[in-house]
Amino acid sequence: MTSPVKVYGPPMSTAVSRVLACLIEKDVDFQVIPVNMSKGEHKKPEFLKMQPFGQVPAFQDDKISLFESRAICRYICEKYADKGNRGLYGTSPLAKASIDQWLEAEAQSFNPPSSALVFQLAFAPRMKLKQDPGVIKQNEEKLAKVLDVYEERLGDSQFLAGDEFSLADLSHLPNSNYLLSVTDRGALFTSRKNVGRWWDEISSRDSWKKVVEMQKSP
Amino acid sequence: MVLKLHGLPMSICTATVMTCLHEKGVDFELVPVDLFAAENKQPSFLAKNPFGQVPAFEDGDLKLFESRAITQYVAQEYADKGTNLVYQDSKKGAILLVWKEVEAHQFDPAASKLSWELAYKPFFGITTDQAVAEENEAKLGKFLDVYETRLSKFKYLAGDCFTLADLHHLPCLHYLMGTRVKELFQSRPHVSAWVADITARPAWSKVVAMTKQN
Repeated sequence: MTSPVKVYGPPMSTAVSRVLACLIEKDVDFQVIPVNMSKGEHKKPEFLKMQPFGQVPAFQDDKISLFESRAICRYICEKYADKGNRGLYGTSPLAKASIDQWLEAEAQSFNPPSSALVFQLAFAPRMKLKQDPGVIKQNEEKLAKVLDVYEERLGDSQFLAGDEFSLADLSHLPNSNYLLSVTDRGALFTSRKNVGRWWDEISSRDSWKKVVEMQKSP
Repeated sequence: MVLKLHGLPMSICTATVMTCLHEKGVDFELVPVDLFAAENKQPSFLAKNPFGQVPAFEDGDLKLFESRAITQYVAQEYADKGTNLVYQDSKKGAILLVWKEVEAHQFDPAASKLSWELAYKPFFGITTDQAVAEENEAKLGKFLDVYETRLSKFKYLAGDCFTLADLHHLPCLHYLMGTRVKELFQSRPHVSAWVADITARPAWSKVVAMTKQN
């Protein structure tokens, strides 16, 4: 019997929660190992051995040590292809290519402005850091343009990469969830009919609901 | 059926895909996109890439955008041709996945901003923002410290073989090595050796020649 995979980092981290959502979709047993970021544990030599850039998550499975949430997700989907949601990373090369395309769009176009907004609007207040109105405005405009592209795409397709929920959609859950539940910028999504519909569908999946519960635990 | 790549060699992302296609020895047609006339914002191009960015790619009925998705597809689909750019072994493949993401999320943001400030802007006669350049030089220096340690243990980023993880650095490296930022690479011996090795590859030299023609 294989031991559970290990995910190092707090569930409230967007990148950690991306990996947790994937593990739950794929029905893979896992253990969350806490990393005390307020005490700088992620910058200490022990942690840097696993993740040399000093960021969460780090991940271990068998004797493999990995980092970068989207690499970990792809690895989980490939290694555990027959478990849980089998179509999460596509069941043919063409399906996989389309999912990779939209996963890259998430990483390159959606993630930068949405992460900046999540930091400014959700985390900075909690950390008692000053917000930057210029940064907020700039990133709202960028995110709006990306969501315009999504609005059009989701008018033609149920999910981003096709008619099935995939890793590409999953990757959007962490940042979107913070924007919609903790900030007042949710209208960026809900004012767009197709994006709003897509958000309702992906966020109501059991796997994501379980991650949100984990984020609430102390 | 000939593959089509829509873009321009001077675009970092287009050059990356061209390099991959040359490494694989796969024939393709480069279809120029007139960025200066905003052809990439026209409906006919947006149908290929709704974000209005180059490159866009076609292989028969398959249409793709995002350079890293394109190269991954090409490397797998044409696995038996040319240079092997991915690992089929699952453990080595997992490590490759990591270092591809490192290029995308650690190296590229700082490197592409620096390329813009220190290479493209002077070429177009626009003033460099020194504050942005210095901020990103500092970031890049820290990432290269991690690369230095990594490359002291392995010849290439993902292991003993040249892969997509190394390839994706080439176009930015090319621009940065023509600026003051080259010192960041040259002052780190293992990084410097790696840069010299990968930039000497024939596939990359073909792309450089095409960039100069334009």
